[in-house]
Amino acid sequence: MRKFTKLTCLVLAVAVLAVCLVGCGNQAGTSSSAGSADAIKIGGIGPITGAAAIYGQAVRNGAQIAVDEINAKGDVKFELRFEDDENDAEKAVNAYNTLKDWGMQVSLGTVTTQPCVAVSSEVDADGIFALTPSASSTDVIEGKDNMFQMCFTDPNQGVASAKYISSQNLGDKIAVIYNNSDAYSTGIYQKFQSEADKLGLNIVCVKTFTDDSANDFTAQLNEIKAADADLVFLPIYYTPASLILAQADKMQYTPKFFGVDGMDGILTLENFDVSLAEGVMLLTPFTADATDESTKKFVETYKSKHNEVPNQFAADGYDCVMAIYEACKKQGITADMKADEIGTKLVECFTSEDFKIDGLTGLGMTWEKTGEVSKEPKGMVINNGAYVGMD
Amino acid sequence: MTFLSNLINGISLGSVYAIIALGYTMVYGIAKMLNFAHGDVIMVGAYISFCATTYLNLPPVVSVVLAMIVCTVLGVLIEGLAYKPLRKATSLAVLITAIGVSYFLQNVALLIWGSNPKTFSSIIRLGSVSLFDNKLIITAESIVTVLACIVIMIALTMFTKKSKMGKAMRAVSEDKDAAELMGINVNVTISVTFAIGSALAAIAGVLLCSAYPVLQPTTGSMPGIKAFTAAVFGGIGSIPGAMLGGILLGIIEIFSKSYISTQLADAIVFAVLIIVLLVKPTGILGKKITEKV
Repeated sequence: MRKFTKLTCLVLAVAVLAVCLVGCGNQAGTSSSAGSADAIKIGGIGPITGAAAIYGQAVRNGAQIAVDEINAKGDVKFELRFEDDENDAEKAVNAYNTLKDWGMQVSLGTVTTQPCVAVSSEVDADGIFALTPSASSTDVIEGKDNMFQMCFTDPNQGVASAKYISSQNLGDKIAVIYNNSDAYSTGIYQKFQSEADKLGLNIVCVKTFTDDSANDFTAQLNEIKAADADLVFLPIYYTPASLILAQADKMQYTPKFFGVDGMDGILTLENFDVSLAEGVMLLTPFTADATDESTKKFVETYKSKHNEVPNQFAADGYDCVMAIYEACKKQGITADMKADEIGTKLVECFTSEDFKIDGLTGLGMTWEKTGEVSKEPKGMVINNGAYVGMD
Repeated sequence: MTFLSNLINGISLGSVYAIIALGYTMVYGIAKMLNFAHGDVIMVGAYISFCATTYLNLPPVVSVVLAMIVCTVLGVLIEGLAYKPLRKATSLAVLITAIGVSYFLQNVALLIWGSNPKTFSSIIRLGSVSLFDNKLIITAESIVTVLACIVIMIALTMFTKKSKMGKAMRAVSEDKDAAELMGINVNVTISVTFAIGSALAAIAGVLLCSAYPVLQPTTGSMPGIKAFTAAVFGGIGSIPGAMLGGILLGIIEIFSKSYISTQLADAIVFAVLIIVLLVKPTGILGKKITEKV
């Protein structure tokens, strides 16, 4: 009797297992066949919540607008799924795995730098093509053949900022405050410094802070004020930047402030007194007040959907999807192809010499073999609570 | 002039640390536990004040009172639900519970207010004072923070020295069992301590965010850790010690940022703490307690 029970159990167990396996097989089968009938799956990752949430939300919204436009055209179908990583490398890798289980075929990398460095090695190992809208460190693309950037690299931002300040004669005595616990901020600063030395810019004071001491900037500002700097370069994100602006205002210290793309977002910070940011300059590839057709159309659509003016990140997200769309058309990519197969074809396309994209964030954008983009930045200044092009 | 300006900023930052440290030190002195959720009560206080002024358009003073009431209730609730059942447990169990409460508060704040940082409008709507041809500027926030810190310290010292409840607190802090034998209700005394500590946390939260106007669910954690350091620095359990420790910590932090290195500022602060504790293990004003075996 006892033997019999054991045998029954064994048989039952095997049967259950078999059913499970068949079930799995079926499921996988249906999802891939559904994929071929439907759309190419694009997976995006970025901070939808957390201190850097404005970037992730903007990229998601911008990318969704592009997907909607493409699907309306009908020649290639896209499906976008966006996962939150709270600007945390560990959560970003989890999000990446979630997307892979979902059947992602093309990746938008991640929005912010540190998570993207972690995700890019996964992308590299899996052979999935990835185009990050805004993760700007060179660590993101270094040594990875299938990882591309839509934004400038950090060194480029630092170099471009120094060149811009020098050519427009914006300051005689320049001070810098950067976050030395952050790869993005440190990367820009180092290149800025070396380019500034070449150009003969007069840097009088360099001060740092860390994520843990991003509250009190009075000491740094006091030093900078004592050094009599007339331009303060802030290669940092907008949350600490808002504190610096507020504290400088209380000290009645009014130099010019010059930021990079991390400054973008300061105007939409809840309850922020935008008059504090009056006259702040930043280098960014996108201006919402540009008068060309595609920018006007994008800004209008974005405003009607999300009730705010799109920032550079929204435009980056849009451009990423559009660039992938153009490449998919060129290479004849269809939704039934495997992710690594698509990866190889897209890499071939992006590195080919005749692949040029006119997007919202630049005309005639091309990509290097390294994954770096080449395009020209524009200078912007905050005027009456809105971004206005400087030239 | 930069030196004076740094000194004033240091005292102002230190005063915020001091008010937070008072909460740590009172709870430790009486309940013999480290309430690591204290920093997060600060954050709740700041959010309540933010909501009252921004969404309900209440006057600043009312928003502070409201924040104090909410935090007092919260503090008593935390004590009653999380710490009271563990009164007889090991101190390690209570410590872990406190860390748990801290994360709980942060995540509830994340759910209610979301994680996007909010800009706190200062509740002190006065201009700065400029001296010596605008070379030295003292913000209204600094002045109010320092004054608030002094008033609170004097009031607390008077309260523990003169009032009946204050005497009960001192008795409980010296010997819980003997105090109970003398007819003091230990549970009520500890609850009142938490109530006072949490009300102070609300004030600290509002002052902290008035001076550094970014508010997010983790706003309280770093100042909380620094203030705890200040409490240990000054001698944990001692009210003037918390005040002295807080202000010294603020000054050391700002001075090391200005004159030594912005990168090493935090390392220097903690190095000073280690040196003080090596020389005087009970902190600057801490009493030497002989443990009975």
